[in-house]
Amino acid sequence: MFLAALGMTVISDSQRPDIRFADPTILEISTEDFMAAITEIPVTLSKDEILRYSRHLIMPEVGMEGQRKLKAARVLCIGTGGLGSPLALYLAAAGVGTLGLVDFDVVDYTNLQRQIIHSTADVGRKKLDSAADKLTAINPFLNLQKFDLRLSSENALELFRDFDIIADGTDNFPTRYLVNDACVLTGKPNVYGSIFRFEGQASVFATKDGPCYRCLYPEPPPPGLVPSCAEGGVLGILPGLVGVMQATEVIKLILGAGEPLIGRLLLIDALGMKFRELKLRKNPDCPVCGTHPTVTKLIDYNEFCGIRGEEKPVGAGLPEIQVEELKRRLDAKEDLFVLDVREPHEYQICNIGGHLIPLNDLPNRIHELDSSREIVVHCKMGGRSAKAVAFLQQSGFAKVHNLAGGITAWSERVDPSVPKY
Amino acid sequence: MSKIHIPTPLRQYVDKQSTVEVKCSTVGEAMSALVAKHPDLRRHLYTEEGKLRAFVNLYVNDEDIRYLQKEATAVKEGDNISIVPSIAGGAENALSPCHPERSEGSWFLLVVPD
Repeated sequence: MFLAALGMTVISDSQRPDIRFADPTILEISTEDFMAAITEIPVTLSKDEILRYSRHLIMPEVGMEGQRKLKAARVLCIGTGGLGSPLALYLAAAGVGTLGLVDFDVVDYTNLQRQIIHSTADVGRKKLDSAADKLTAINPFLNLQKFDLRLSSENALELFRDFDIIADGTDNFPTRYLVNDACVLTGKPNVYGSIFRFEGQASVFATKDGPCYRCLYPEPPPPGLVPSCAEGGVLGILPGLVGVMQATEVIKLILGAGEPLIGRLLLIDALGMKFRELKLRKNPDCPVCGTHPTVTKLIDYNEFCGIRGEEKPVGAGLPEIQVEELKRRLDAKEDLFVLDVREPHEYQICNIGGHLIPLNDLPNRIHELDSSREIVVHCKMGGRSAKAVAFLQQSGFAKVHNLAGGITAWSERVDPSVPKY
Repeated sequence: MSKIHIPTPLRQYVDKQSTVEVKCSTVGEAMSALVAKHPDLRRHLYTEEGKLRAFVNLYVNDEDIRYLQKEATAVKEGDNISIVPSIAGGAENALSPCHPERSEGSWFLLVVPD
C-alpha cells in the first residue's frame, strides 16, 4: 500500500532507530489501526454519496476504492485562515470523511480579503463555527471535529494521534516548528504550505523516509531579529493557490496516487506566475528526524523562536503621548513635529500630515530632523514608532515621544474619518 | 554570468529586482558579489560573524548547497542560484506573536539601528 510505503505509522524496519517511535506512549496507533482506518475498514458509500462523488468514481485513479479511502481518512487542518479556508472547503467537498479543525480566533473584516470560508455576516463569530457552517453545508456527510484551542506542546501529540494527515495552515514560526515536531514524533505526514506577500512554498514533510521542516530550516530566525510590520501583507488569492495545493497533496496521500511533494519544495511566485522546484534531502543531522535526534519530545516553541512569554511590550519605558493629548497640543498650535515612520503605501491609505520617513530609512535620513524640536513619532499601532523613538534617543534626540496606539488609536479616539487598515 | 533569485522580502534591498546577475565561479563568490553590490542585504543574510543565517538556504539550480560543497560549490555560466528564506504566513494568529502589530507574514528582519 502506498501509505504503508510512506511508512507514516509503520514500525521502522531500517537499521537505525526512528525517533518517531522512541516514545512508547505515541505508539497507540499501530500499523494495523492506521491501515484499517484508511483502507481496510469496510467503509461503504450510500446511494446519495455515490451520486455526489460520481465525477470521482468514474475516474479509475479514484474509483470506489479511492472514494472509500477518502471517506475513511481523518485529516486535521491547523488554522481556518487563508490557507485553511480553501484547504478545508476542498477536502470536505472531495469526501474526506473526518475533518478536524483547530482554531481559536474570531473572524474580523481584514480576514475577508482571503479567508473565503468566512463571510461578512460571520464577522465577530468564532472561525470554527463559521467554517463548520460552510463545510457541513457543502457536505452533510462530513464528520467534522472542532477544536477550539491554541495548538500547544501540551495538546499537539494527543490531538494528532486521532488523525492520519496533518495540514499546516498556520502563520508563525513557533507553530510551524511545533506542528513539524509533533508530526515527526507521531509519524504523521505534515502537508505544508506557507505564504508571504506574493510568494508561497509547499511541501510534504515528515513522512518516513522524507525530510521534515527542520531538515530544511534547522532553526527559526534567532532572537534579536524582529518582525517588520511594514513587510506584512499578502495577495488575497495566494493562500487560495497554496491552500489548494495542500488539499491536492492531502488527497494524493490518501489515494496513494501520483507523486507527492515529498523531498521537494515547490516555490510559487504569483507575480511572475513562476513555479520552481527545489530538492529537499533528509538531513542525517536533523535534530528531530536525524540519526541521533536531540529533540525527542515537544519543547517550548516560543522560547525556541526567541519569543518570551512575558516579554515587555516594545514601547515599554519610552516616553509616550496619547492621541488625545497630541490632538489638544496640535490644536493649540504648539511647536510639535509629527514624524510618520510607516511605508509610503501606508501613508497613501491615511495620514495625519506627519513627515514621512519609513523606519528602515531613518538612519540615512536622520538629518531631516531637528533635534532641538519636540518630535512625536507614530506608525500604524505603535510598534515601529517605538523602535524609531529608541533609535532617535540613542542618536541624541532628547525630546521624542511615541504616539501610543499609532494612527489606529487616532482613528478610534480622535478622528473616525481616518480609515483603519 | 549567473543569476541569483531574490525572494520577495529581500527585494527592497536590491532595488526591487527579482534576480541579480553576477560573475562568479562559486556560490561564495556570487554571494560576495551580491552583498558588495547591495550592502544593505548583508545583515539580512549573514550573522555578525559572517555565517549564513540558519533560516536562509542557498540553492544552485535545484540542489541545496549544504549537500554539495557549501559555499565552495562551483557555479557554471547560466546556473541559477536561489536564496530561500523560511516564511511562516498562512493564517492569522494561530499562536499569538509577541508583536503588537498583528502582521500576517512573519518574515523577520533586523531593526535598522546598527
